[in-house]
Amino acid sequence: MASITLDKLGKVYAGNVRAVTDVNIDIKDGEMIVLVGPSGCGKSTLLRMVAGLETITEGTLKIGDRVVNHLEPAERDIAMVFQNYALYPHMTVYNNLAYGLKNRRFAKSEIDRRVKEAAEMLQIGQFLDRKPRQLSGGQRQRVAMGRALVREPAAFLFDEPLSNLDAKLRVQMRVEIRQLQKRLGTTSLYVTHDQLEALTMADRLVVLNGGRIEQIGTPMELYSRPETVFVAGFIGSPAMNMLPSDYLRGLVAAEALAHVPAKADLIGIRPEDLALGPAQEGALALSGRLLLLEPAGAESHLHLSFEGMADTITVRLPHVPDVAEGAMLNFSVPRDKLHPFDRESGKRLA
Amino acid sequence: MVENNRWGNFFAHLVLILGVAIVIFPVYVAIIASTHPPGTFIRGVMPLLPGPNALENYKTVITDGRSRAGTPPIGGMLWNSFVMAMAITIGKLSISLLSAFAIVYFRFPFRIFFFWIIFLTLMLPVEVRIVPTFQVVADLGMLNSFAGLSIPLIASATATFLFRQFFMTVPEELMEAARVDGAGPMKFFKDILLPLSITNIASLFVIMFIYGWNQYLWPLLITTDPEYYTIVMGIQRMVTGGDSEPLWHLVMATVVLAALPPILVILFMQRLFVKGLTETEK
Repeated sequence: MASITLDKLGKVYAGNVRAVTDVNIDIKDGEMIVLVGPSGCGKSTLLRMVAGLETITEGTLKIGDRVVNHLEPAERDIAMVFQNYALYPHMTVYNNLAYGLKNRRFAKSEIDRRVKEAAEMLQIGQFLDRKPRQLSGGQRQRVAMGRALVREPAAFLFDEPLSNLDAKLRVQMRVEIRQLQKRLGTTSLYVTHDQLEALTMADRLVVLNGGRIEQIGTPMELYSRPETVFVAGFIGSPAMNMLPSDYLRGLVAAEALAHVPAKADLIGIRPEDLALGPAQEGALALSGRLLLLEPAGAESHLHLSFEGMADTITVRLPHVPDVAEGAMLNFSVPRDKLHPFDRESGKRLA
Repeated sequence: MVENNRWGNFFAHLVLILGVAIVIFPVYVAIIASTHPPGTFIRGVMPLLPGPNALENYKTVITDGRSRAGTPPIGGMLWNSFVMAMAITIGKLSISLLSAFAIVYFRFPFRIFFFWIIFLTLMLPVEVRIVPTFQVVADLGMLNSFAGLSIPLIASATATFLFRQFFMTVPEELMEAARVDGAGPMKFFKDILLPLSITNIASLFVIMFIYGWNQYLWPLLITTDPEYYTIVMGIQRMVTGGDSEPLWHLVMATVVLAALPPILVILFMQRLFVKGLTETEK
């Protein structure tokens, strides 16, 4: 168990292609950090740099107190779970788990103890004699986890471990991985492109875009106070609505927007912050035509077009309203639920 | 889809049986010929039924050979052929596995260049480079030795190329997982790549063994000592050696015995081959 320090980490590939730029993260002992971002944002590269599978071209990486920039993956005291599991197809589950320990010359009895323990923990005890191809996707995922567990490493690295599973299993494994990680208290770095996975699993979340960190924070910090337009759009589903402030200023009484900095030309509103009905005192009043109503069981998504605005606006209600498509609907937004941004820099203002 | 048609079935089987018959016939004739007494063939008519001399003929080739024509007993030649074929096969497999491993998994200068150089040698079969190769082997003093028989035939672009193609289909994550698990390059090669290649190795083993076993021109050139004669060139010596008529009954007995080891290798490897097919999967 150890902290991990990423200090000004950067990766430049041959041919001067930049993948990662100036990444600073202090991962505390036992913390679960999730790296999230769209594909090509450098999150996997960053994880592989920590693992030692990619060389580090800039900055320093520390695991515990050791600088590990030039150490082999095996010397870094980390264990990794791969997206496609990367189980050794010709070995039994037992040998898959034991292989890393055998290479480290652990005593046979110790290997046996650890493998049995991990198998118990992951409920794969009855599969120990099987080959990976005789297992289902979820069971393979557990074996991949087990291979990381038996090593009792300083840190777990997860590279989109759930993306090959079906939706139901993904939720189940998500919970299990998180519980396991909390119980063991092992420092973890987890890469995903799924913002929901990121929100639910992370102690702290790192949003990456174009090889740079957009924002670091707890899931709720990022959700309630996104620092950039990118984070605002990436975290939360349906995505945050972005309205030009000129449009809003033309619509409503000035005092409703008085607290918004004059420079802000983009106002973000979360879909669930629009409440159906006439505006309360001091709230922002909006109205639009209902294009499409998507009932989703416990909640519903409304797609609206506002007069004079090209983009549609999405509203999320905690129930399915009794309204017809094509109707004009009124909404109210509390003043403190507005997220002001500067369009040019993409940064949050106030 | 092929329909399950009575006449179609009949016709298909007819074609298959004819094909098999055409292939089998020479083999059948060889086996029959090896059972007849010496005089049978001088009349120029090939018998199609077994003769009475089977045991005697085989006993002669195994124990005496054809000493007057300078052909030793067959056992030694079979052994020589076996040693040469095994040396070539194992040599080819190890060298091509290692070079394919190097080309696929290591980044070194001129990697692609070396790959193409290896690939280019495909265009140069033994016969084309036989004179310079002979010179080299003679200068190294390897005439009349097993080293001389096998080493020049060991380099194999075909096998290297096949293993390269196979290694490229092995997911890269396996190598990465092995690295994280503390396996160095050779350990990864031994523990993971080799077991995964077992099917390929088995089928190449069969092909290479037969290739080595059937070598004719090269052993003929570099061996003058009967102690190193291989069975295939021995057959040739039996036919042309000596002043008398070729003793076809003995030649055919030798041919039949010479064909046995490759067949045994195929039978044995096929079991491994099928086992490999059913037990490994990526």
